[in-house]
Amino acid sequence: MKEIRAFEDKLQQLFSDGLVRGSTHLANGQEAVAVGAAAALAPQDVVFCTYRGHHHCLARGMPPEAAFAEILGRLGGCCGGKGGSMHLTDPSLGLLGSYAIVGAHIPIAVGSAWASRVNGDDAVTCCFFGDGTTTIGSFHEALNLAAVWRLPIIFICENNQYSEYTPIAEVVPVVNPAADRASAYGLKSVLVDGNDIEAVRSAVTDARGTAAEGNGPSLIEAVTYRQSGHSRADPGTYKPAAEVAYWNTRDPIKLFETSLDLPTGELEAMNRGVEATIAAALEVALASPEPGPEALLTSVWGDAPT
Amino acid sequence: MITMNYRKAIAEAIARAMRRDPRVVFLGEDVGKPGGAFKTTVGLRDEFGPNRVWDTPISEQAIIGAAIGAAMRGLRPIAEIMFADFLGTCWDGIANHAAKLRYMSNGQVSVPIVIRTHGGAGLGFAAQHSQLFDNLAMSIPGLKVVVPSNPADLIGLFQAAVDDPDPVLFIEHKALFDVKGEVDEDPFSVPLGSAATVRQGEDLTLVATGAMVPVCVQAAERLSEQKVSAEVIDLRCLTPLDMSTILTSIAKTSRIVIVQEGPATCGWGSEVAARTADVGFNSLDAPVRRVTSPPTPTPFAANLEKLWVPTVERVVAEAMSFW
Repeated sequence: MKEIRAFEDKLQQLFSDGLVRGSTHLANGQEAVAVGAAAALAPQDVVFCTYRGHHHCLARGMPPEAAFAEILGRLGGCCGGKGGSMHLTDPSLGLLGSYAIVGAHIPIAVGSAWASRVNGDDAVTCCFFGDGTTTIGSFHEALNLAAVWRLPIIFICENNQYSEYTPIAEVVPVVNPAADRASAYGLKSVLVDGNDIEAVRSAVTDARGTAAEGNGPSLIEAVTYRQSGHSRADPGTYKPAAEVAYWNTRDPIKLFETSLDLPTGELEAMNRGVEATIAAALEVALASPEPGPEALLTSVWGDAPT
Repeated sequence: MITMNYRKAIAEAIARAMRRDPRVVFLGEDVGKPGGAFKTTVGLRDEFGPNRVWDTPISEQAIIGAAIGAAMRGLRPIAEIMFADFLGTCWDGIANHAAKLRYMSNGQVSVPIVIRTHGGAGLGFAAQHSQLFDNLAMSIPGLKVVVPSNPADLIGLFQAAVDDPDPVLFIEHKALFDVKGEVDEDPFSVPLGSAATVRQGEDLTLVATGAMVPVCVQAAERLSEQKVSAEVIDLRCLTPLDMSTILTSIAKTSRIVIVQEGPATCGWGSEVAARTADVGFNSLDAPVRRVTSPPTPTPFAANLEKLWVPTVERVVAEAMSFW
C-alpha cells in the first residue's frame, strides 16, 4: 500500500513538472482494495483493471519501473510506451489489461471466466471497476451472463463515492450502487469496508472459494474514497471539506498501521525503504529511451506489417 | 464436390472450423438449440455439445466482450450478431477493444475472434435490419472484414478467418441464402485479402462484393449482348484489400465501375476509387464510376427498396455510358 501511495504521489509531482502527457487517474485512498484483493488471489488468476488501475497492477506485482516507464511513454514501459497510464498490461502477471471505456472491460472479463469454464482450468477472473460503472449497460449485460452461466469470476466495485465529477449518490437510486443490484442477478449482496485491507482480503478469499468450487460469480462492493480528483485536470474542489476530513481519518494506510502497532523505528525504516524503491524505479524509467519511430506501425496486425 | 446453398454453407463452415480446432467455441443469440434465427447454425449444438455451442441472452455487448476475453485466454471464439445492424450496440467492443488491444499492449495480447453477422438489403427488413456495416468496419485499423458472395468462398474464407490471429468481421449477405454452389468436400481455405476474378473481360472492370457480385455477373452477360466484354472482380475481403487484382484488371480494360450496396460517401467504393485513381491513373481511359445506393436509410416499401439496391439495369447503364 505504501509503495502504491508513494508511486501515485510521485506521479502527481511528475505531472506538475510537465513530464507526463495526456490524462491519468490516481488511486490515492483506494490502496486497500487492490492489495487486499491481490493477497486473496492465486498466481494463475487473471485480473482486469480500469483506467484508474495503477494500484491494481502494482499490487499484482508489476515492477514500478515498468509502470513509470509506460506512463512516461518510454520503451521500457510494460506496453513499450504504446498504452500509457490507462492501459497498463502484463499477461505474464495475469494482468490482462487496463481499459479506458467505462464498463467495457466487464464483458471481456466475463469472457476470460468463460474460457476457464470451457477449458476446465482453475483460474479465477477478478474484475475491478468503479461505482460509476454500475450505471452503464455493459455492467448489467455482463453480470447477467456471468450469473446465468455460473462463471468463476469476482466482480469488485470500488465505490470511491464519485462518478467522475458527480457524487454517485446523485446518479443512482440506491444507497449501495453495486451491492443493492446484486439480487437482480441472483447474487449475494456483499458490502465491505474498502479501507480495511483485512476485510477486503477476507471477502475476496470467500468469493474466490465460491468461484473455484464452481458456484459462480460474486459481486463485492468495497466502500472507499477517492482522495484525489477524477483525473489530473481535476483538483476535486467540489468535494466538501468535512467529507475530505472524515475520509482522511479513515485513510487505509493509517488504519492498517494503527492495527499493526509497529515500533516507530520499524515504520520509519519501512517508509524510507519505500521511498528509495520508488525513487530508484523512477530513475530506471527516466533512463529508458522513447520507442523508435518503427514502433508506430508494429502490433496492428498479428500476421503482417502495417 | 457437393452442391449446397449459402445458408447451409454457413453451418458447414462453422462445423469444419470446430472439427479442425478444439479451441473453437461458438456463442450467440438462438444459435444453439433453435439453430439460428435464419437456420444458419442448425445441427451445431447436437454435434459439438453445450460446452462448445452457447446460447446467450439478448446481450450483444456481453457476446462480443465474452468472445474477446475468451480469445485473450487462448480460445478461438466465433460470435454471432444476428443482424449486422445490431453491431451498433456492441461497436465499442469491436472497434475500441478487439481491434486495439494488440496495439495498446504492444503485441502482448491477441484477439483472434470471428464475428459473424447477417447483413444486407433486398428482403423487406427495413432500415434497422438491412445494413452491412462493412464500410465502418473497413475504416478500423486492426479489424479484418470479409464479405463472401458464394458457398465455396464462404467456407474457405471462414476457415482462414478462424485461423487468423486478428479479429475478423464476417458479413454473410441475407439475399444470398438460397444461392447454390459447388463446394469441395475436403477441407480448404481461401486466403484473406485475395480477390477473385469471377468473369474475364476486355473492355471494362466491374468490382463488387456480396450480393452485388451476382448482379455484376448478370450485368456482364447483358453487356456481352451489346458486344461489351466486362471483367467481374469479387473483392471477397475489404480488409485486407486486394488492389493488385484490380490494378491488373484495369491495365487490360482501362475502365472501372465500382458497384456498392449502400450509400456512396465513405464507402469501400470510395477507397477503391481513390486508390485506383492514385496508383492506376495511367491505366485509365475514363473516369472511375460508381453505382451505389442513394444517401438514405434502407426503405421498407418493396418498390422503394428496389430503387435503393443497385440493379443489373443500373450497372449496365453506367457501363454503357463509357461509349
